[in-house]
Amino acid sequence: MTSVDRSDAGENQAPRKRELALVSRSTYLKEKGLQYLFFACAFLAVVTVLLIFAFTMMQAAPVFTDIGLANFFSFTWAPTEGQYGIMSLLAGSGLVTVGALVLGVPLGVGTAVYLTEIATDRVRALISPAVDLLAGIPSIIYGFFGMVIIRPVVAELTGGMGFGALTAWLVLAIMIVPTITTLTIDALNSIPMGIREASYAMGATKWQTIYKVVLPAARFGIVDAVVLGMGRAIGETMAVLMVVGNAPVIPESISSPVSTLTSQIALDMSYSSGLHRTALFGMGVVLFIISASLVGIVRLLSKMRKG
Amino acid sequence: MTVYQAAPTPEISAISTANFDFWYGDFHALTDVNLNIAKNKITAFIGPSGCGKSTFLRCMNRMNDLIEGTRIEGSMTLDGADIYAEGVDPVDLRRRVGMIFQQPNPFPKSIYENVAFGPRLQGVTSKSDLDDIVEESLKRANLWKEVSNQLSKDGLALSGGQQQRLCIARVLAVQPDVLLMDEPCSAIDPTSVQKVEDLMAELAPEMTIIIVTHNMQQAARISDYTAFFLQEVAGEPATLIEYGQTDALFTSPMDKRTEDYITGRFG
Repeated sequence: MTSVDRSDAGENQAPRKRELALVSRSTYLKEKGLQYLFFACAFLAVVTVLLIFAFTMMQAAPVFTDIGLANFFSFTWAPTEGQYGIMSLLAGSGLVTVGALVLGVPLGVGTAVYLTEIATDRVRALISPAVDLLAGIPSIIYGFFGMVIIRPVVAELTGGMGFGALTAWLVLAIMIVPTITTLTIDALNSIPMGIREASYAMGATKWQTIYKVVLPAARFGIVDAVVLGMGRAIGETMAVLMVVGNAPVIPESISSPVSTLTSQIALDMSYSSGLHRTALFGMGVVLFIISASLVGIVRLLSKMRKG
Repeated sequence: MTVYQAAPTPEISAISTANFDFWYGDFHALTDVNLNIAKNKITAFIGPSGCGKSTFLRCMNRMNDLIEGTRIEGSMTLDGADIYAEGVDPVDLRRRVGMIFQQPNPFPKSIYENVAFGPRLQGVTSKSDLDDIVEESLKRANLWKEVSNQLSKDGLALSGGQQQRLCIARVLAVQPDVLLMDEPCSAIDPTSVQKVEDLMAELAPEMTIIIVTHNMQQAARISDYTAFFLQEVAGEPATLIEYGQTDALFTSPMDKRTEDYITGRFG
């Protein structure tokens, strides 16, 4: 740094030029270095996604050449006979997911509404951590719970073994509650308090305020929550595999065995080879595309509401 | 405690309180408020921040019920009926005592749906009835000319001042007897302030209006009666210091503390 001699600066003279310190080399390098380091962290996420997609696609490539799309998108899954049709598995995934949403969305949104709009602080302090804990339970535990507790009940009610979509719905509905609840709570909390006050001041009851003002105002956030819950339900493997019965067919009823894309991949991957293995990777690509579409929908929705 | 009443108690009062006290949990916010609000006149509540004037206002439509742990003592009546009597439905009370807030708070719905909200709650379903109410209310709120061709537009897309008039139209749609206004002009631009004040003057002959304001010029300009609240010692409850006709209170206050406040010596 340059020191400035002020002693001879007379009152009427223009102030002397005072040098400003330059950025030191080491500071510059450190700042630049950190910038690249953090960029690398963020970039790693992108690279990983691309690599996984590329790898899965490469493994699945023979689906187009050796299996053929007509075979791949047929309804018969019989790898030993050269039949690699995933449609029944896709239908199974769809059935399991839709049922889980039908049960899980009201439960999750209801929990969120209760926690943000109705519960007293003390009750909230009790329930909120419990909901968070639900998200932390490993899925194998859910599967175990479903197999040992829920399945026998379903078997009792429907006859049969209790392995099937219905049991999977009940297990998955509980599993997607934390996702839906947490995101719905965020959506509800982002609504200004003033809007609720306005509603009460207009003579609305608590229930009228919730369903005529608060829920409509939070609708976009709730749709996000549902879509992400859907992603969770489609992608869930272990718990589903343990309760769903794993029969790669179009099920006769909601209580008869069915199989999903994820559970079939998990079951077959350890022993499969050749085109069978290729078909499993092909199913991976299908799952990948479904999740990417869901993320895309959420992005698109948030853009629409801003724009 | 003596409360100076510079004018005789209004002959017909809309809201009356006697020995009214209010607590937020353990915090004793207001004590011994005795006040008769003149019917179909404009009454202003003034006083420094934290003097309990907003709290008192929010007692009148029981909005404080929404806060856990609040309680009152004493009585508060609307046209002679005890507002806090056991079993009284706050929902019905709030239909008769409307409220405008400091921050304009239209619902994230269309202008039409904002105004139709109250009537719909009360069971009006006929489209033509609702159309009439919406038009009439927006006209009374002096907003019709600006929005008549864009009723389906989101209420939040309006300017701050327009939003506040939309909120007024929303309240007028349920034809309340009393209109509580909690600093309705402090978050909007000066031109809009003028419009809201004009509107209050137009509404007053058929509606009791109570306005909390930090702006003493505003109180002096628009109100018939003024009540001055003060919390003299921090931690102690605030109370009503002086209440009377606005002209008298501002030109010849009877209490030294009122005089100090309106001449800007504190607050």
